Formats: sequence, C-alpha cells, structure tokens
Amino acid sequence: MKTGAKILVESLQREGTEIIFGYPGGVVLPIYDELYDSSLRHILVRHEQAAAHAADGFARASGRVGVCLATSGPGACNLVTGIATAYMDSVPIVALTGQVPTNLLGNDAFQESDITGITMPITKHNYLLKNAGEVSRIVQEAFYIAGTGRQGPVLIDIPKDVSTGLSEDVKLPEKVSLRGYNPTYKGHKRQMEKALELLDHAERPLIYAGGGIISSNASAELVEFATLASIPVTTTLMGIGCIPCNHPLNLGMLGMHGTEYANFAVTECDLLISIGARFDDRVTGKLETFASHAKIIHIDIDPAEISKNKHADVPIVGDVRAVLQDLLSLMKKREAREQWLKKIRHWKQHHPLKCPTNGALHPQFIIRTLSDLVKDKAVIVSEVGQNQMWTAQHFCFHNPRTWITSGGLGTMGYGLPAAMGAHFARPDVPVFDIAGDGSIQMNIQEFGTIAAEKIPVKVVILNNMYLGMVRQWQELFYDHRYSFTELPPVDFVKIANAYGIEGMRIESPDEVLPALQASLDCDGPFVMDFRIEREENVFPMVPAGAAINDMIGGHPQS
Amino acid sequence: MKPHTLSILVENKSGVLSRVTGLFSRRGFNIESLAVGPCEEPDMSRITIVVIGDDEKIEQVMKQLNKLIDVIKVSDLTDSERVERELALIKVTAELGTSRAEIMQIASIFRASIVDVGAKTLILQVIGDTDKIEAMEKLLRQYGIKEFVRTGTVGILRGAKTVTSGK
Ligand SMILES: Cc1ncc(C[n+]2csc(CCOP(=O)(O)OP(=O)(O)O)c2C)c(N)n1
Ligand SMILES: [Mg+2]
Repeated sequence: MKTGAKILVESLQREGTEIIFGYPGGVVLPIYDELYDSSLRHILVRHEQAAAHAADGFARASGRVGVCLATSGPGACNLVTGIATAYMDSVPIVALTGQVPTNLLGNDAFQESDITGITMPITKHNYLLKNAGEVSRIVQEAFYIAGTGRQGPVLIDIPKDVSTGLSEDVKLPEKVSLRGYNPTYKGHKRQMEKALELLDHAERPLIYAGGGIISSNASAELVEFATLASIPVTTTLMGIGCIPCNHPLNLGMLGMHGTEYANFAVTECDLLISIGARFDDRVTGKLETFASHAKIIHIDIDPAEISKNKHADVPIVGDVRAVLQDLLSLMKKREAREQWLKKIRHWKQHHPLKCPTNGALHPQFIIRTLSDLVKDKAVIVSEVGQNQMWTAQHFCFHNPRTWITSGGLGTMGYGLPAAMGAHFARPDVPVFDIAGDGSIQMNIQEFGTIAAEKIPVKVVILNNMYLGMVRQWQELFYDHRYSFTELPPVDFVKIANAYGIEGMRIESPDEVLPALQASLDCDGPFVMDFRIEREENVFPMVPAGAAINDMIGGHPQS
Repeated sequence: MKPHTLSILVENKSGVLSRVTGLFSRRGFNIESLAVGPCEEPDMSRITIVVIGDDEKIEQVMKQLNKLIDVIKVSDLTDSERVERELALIKVTAELGTSRAEIMQIASIFRASIVDVGAKTLILQVIGDTDKIEAMEKLLRQYGIKEFVRTGTVGILRGAKTVTSGK
C-alpha cells in the first residue's frame, strides 16, 4: 500500500517529469513531504502565478508537458492567470492543486475554493480526485490530454485525504483511450488533393503560419513545403521561429504590428494557406477585407477553429506536421512564382521596418544588437506591451521554440517566470527576458527565485517609465491624454542587488553592446535597466478594426 | 435564427452538466430548454438542449461541445425527421361550479389528463411538442394559471437512425 502523495510523485515521474514549480501550503503538506527526499526536482517560486508560467515556459521551450503545484484556496487561485495564459496559447501543462479533505468539500472550509469550477473555462479538462486509487490513472490521463491533439492545460485537484489515503498499485493501460476524446491526426486525402489543385492554379499564394506549427514540431516540413511550392510565408506572433527570419520567403509577422510587406501580401494574395493559425482579431483587423481576394485553405488540428472567423474553402483537419508530410508526398516541385516574388521583394525593399538612429537610446536598436550578439544561440522570452512587439519585429529568430511570449491572453508578468521555466528546458543557451518596466513589476518577486536557484536569466528591461503600449494608444487615439499610464522611475539595479543579483543601468547606445556582453559573461542572473526613449512607438500599426493594409507609421505607398 | 434541438451524449459523471451548460452561456447562447437523464448505456447520460441561433453559430457551439472530454457525441436533430416531446403540468384556477367544465373540455381537446382535482384548482398534464403546449397554455390563461412546470424537450430520430456512441 502507498499513499496518494507517493503515487502522485511516482506517476509524475512515470510520465517523464523531472522538474516541477510550486509553492507549499496546508493541504499539500503530504505531497511536499513526499517531495522532500524525491529525485523529482522542485523549484520554489515566490508566487504561484510564477509556478504556472514557469511550467508553461518549460513546456514551450521543450515541447514537453510542464508541471506546477499549489495549495488550495489562495494558492490555487493564484495559478488562474497562468492557466488561462497556457490555455489561450494551447500550451501543455498539468497544474496540481491541493484541496480540502473530501468530507469538507462544499463546506466553505478554511482555504477551500472550487478550483475545478473556476478553471472550467480555461482548462482543456480538469479533475477533482476522490480517492488514492485513481491518482495514477488520472495523472496518466491528464498528461495524455494536455500533450495530444490541440494541447492545453489540465488541472488535477487533490483533496488532502486523497494524498494521505492508501492504495495498492493500479495496473495502467499502455495507452490511454477515452471515448470522448479522439483527435484527428491524418488529413483527409481528398481535401489535401483539393488544396493542391488550388495551389496549382494560384498565382499569388501565401502561407499564414501560426503557433500550431511550433507545437506540432512541423517547422522543417513547413520550410520544405514553402520552398518546394515557392510560397512566401508570413507568421503570427505565435508562429515566429517556424521559418528562419532571414529566409528569402519569410515576410515576418502580419497583423496589427506586422510588417508592411506581410500585410500587403495578405491583402493581395489569391490563395491563403492558414497552417496552425486561428484568424485572431489582432491578426485580421477588419475581417471583411482580410485576404478578401483569396481562396482559403485552413489546416488545423482543432475542427472548431475552421471557419470560426473566416470561411475556409478547403478545410483540412489534422496534425499540421502529418498534413504537411502528406502534402509533400503528393506534390511536385514547381518553378518559382517570379512575378509574385518580385512584387514581394519590391515591397520588402521599400517598406522595411524602421529602426531610428539619432543618438538616443532606441529599443529597436537594443533588440537588434542583442540579436546580432546571440544569433541563434539563445531563448528569448518577452513580457507584454511595446517590449514584446519590438522584440517580435526586430529580433531575428532562426529556430522554433526560441521565442516564448504570451500571445492570446497578453499576460503582463509572464516573461520572467516563463524564462525561468525555459532555462530548465534549454540549460545549454542563455535565456533572456525582454521586459517593460510595467510588466517586470508584475512578477518581480521572482528575482528571489532566480537568485536562490541561480537561474541565469538575463533580464532586459526596456524602461520607458510608462505602460508604453497603453500610452501609445492614448497618444494616437485619445488625444495624448495619458490617463494613469505614467510610472515613476524605479531603480531596478538596486532591486536586483537587494536580491543578490548583478545589474546595470544603460543610458546611451554605446553602452548597449558592452552591457549585453557583460550579462553573457556573468554566470548567474543579470538585470539590465535600459532607459529608452520614453515616447517611442511601435510602428507600423493597424488601428483596431481597420483593414490590415491600412497602417499608420509606415512608409509612403510606392 | 431558429430553434435547434441538440442531442448530447455524455459521460455520467459529476460536473458534466455544468461543463456543457457553462459552454453555452460563455459563448453567448441562451438555453431555451434542457432535459437530462440516463439513457440506453448505463454509464452515459443524454442531454437534450433547445437553443436559438443561426446555423453557423450552432455549428461552432457543437464543435466546442465535441471538444469537451466528457462529451461523447453531439447531434443536431433539427433538420432530420424526428419526434419531439415535452411534458407540462399546469395548475389552473378552477373554483367549483365555475369554469371547471370548460377547462376539462380544453384538456380533452389537447388529450391532456387531469392529474389532480382540488377545491380551487385543477392540475393538467399535457404531452406534446412545444407548439402544442404553448397553444394550450394560451387558452388556459384566461382562467388563471397558478403554476406552469415543463420538463424541457426531448427528441429522438425517426426510423432506424440513432444518436449513440459510435464516436
Ligand atoms: C496583467 C495585465 N494587465 C494589463 C494589461 C494591459 N496592458 C497591455 S500592454 C500594457 C503596458 C505594459 O507596460 P510595460 O510592461 O512597461 O511595457 P511597454 O509597453 O512600456 O514596453 C498594459 C497595461 C495586460 N496586458 N496584462
Ligand atoms: Mg514601459
């Protein structure tokens, strides 16, 4: 006989878990006692939200399921933002929460909250355990559900008496089988043939590549497909990294802060091939004018995404990688679509992203300097706001899973804890958190974690003393009325030092490279406080609800 | 926009009903009627939901329902040959010697049965589709309806076709 807590830890290890991020409390004491002398590594965070983001960052960087653990009530509630973040970006995590003993459930017991009820709309599935005998089976199911199909977070709520209760070992099936859950992996043959027919006749095809390519590990297939069929590729925020930034067919990001050439290409294409993307409003702008001259092929593992926002002429439900492999086996190489590619080259040449150089400290320059310095040997995590968009635009990403950001939920405070998680997935490369001064203060307590655990995250704070992205909207659309978006100056170096972390303040362009180099030379974590141009904006920009070729802050039309 | 009758086969586990109904309210749908009960498989339940919406929105909701792990099968019965029934209990004011005879006549036209006779009230039980029940309610309103209780619609496909766990 074993306790539920012991079975839990063994089950996690059986699923291949080596590290979990968590925070203790009353009802998880039996689990923590089991962790005390377990080989399963536990990282003590300073706030449960960070545990969820760290599990998420680990999952995105590694492609494996991340795990976090919190106590009942306040602990579980603190996970909520992290779970919602993972849900919106389809990230596989398993969140474990303690719960009051089963005989007290529903009693408003001390630190009871109905976390399965609370997280129902933000988890792929969740469980409330009832006895120790079901622990191993449900852990197995949870990992299976989180990590297959359209991935996502799964929560397991564990009452204290389940942790202390006893059970024999239960024989588990080799493979989980659930009658209500059967994702489609193989694309439909006839649909794929139809797609290739459309492609044959298209003169101006465009691939719109999303995060699904990253999660299904299909980047190599995507690049091969695009190259073989001579199709330019634009990526969503989540799709960045699926094709090297300097690949001649890559148009960079599309949408609200996309490149002009990507947005022009969407507007003019006659065939849009959406792969693992979901026509989010930040991408499409005004739906009616988005790719309005194009037929649409939509490849996605989730049938609910197909024709949700934009009608698909050829829907293909399946795992993006499997579908691309099948398409590759069915198609022949075709000659370059010279006219279309020429037009795109022209746009690229005349409408490049702008990088101001006037002696002041511009964030774009910092990102480009970092990009040139670390090249393809780093994982870049971001916070949310202008810092995120400048990084998405100006950092040159070469590989999938090296760009980690909260896209769907846009969670400020995501970056630092996600960077901690990413480090454990990729200890071989430096991990940078590109932050804003607002966002970093949402989980700044994690300086404590990276200091104590010696997690060598390099924090680049693009400090404009503003909630910059909101200020930008106020400047452009609210007549410069900066309502509650100015942040008083903070000495981030002193804060870092207080936690025992090295830091540096940077105020001019010539200090940028030395500072970044110093951060790489430092073995441990490092905090850089870049005092950037305060009212720098992210351009180009499609105002909310406008057509995506209707950008402000771009180049004059040629 | 028209009423759709959705037949949803689910795992018979606690919390499943709130997963299903939560999805409707989250996606902006108002459930017109809802009926839940055990079905031909001992460890499953069947939920019948009537909801008003345009075809595309309903299709989206069905796809989202299908994503719930505890949902085994979802079918829209609306455009198929089907039988739909609902049961209603109506407590009508009927003082002795007044309108009782009239009410009993209405009941017999609708093939409703009188299931309780009180000093001041009658309880009628009527079975039919939504139109029939609403027509009867309308006629009885003039006498004073004290309470009106409905089960919600249940539906089943005609002929050999079924909504079972072939998923
Ligand atoms: C938790 C949370 N609260 C509020 C917002 C709304 N929001 C989006 S960007 C932003 C400003 C971010 O400021 P900062 O981190 O300094 O980044 P900057 O835009 O200045 O680079 C805010 C408040 C959000 N995305 N997340
Ligand atoms: Mg800022």
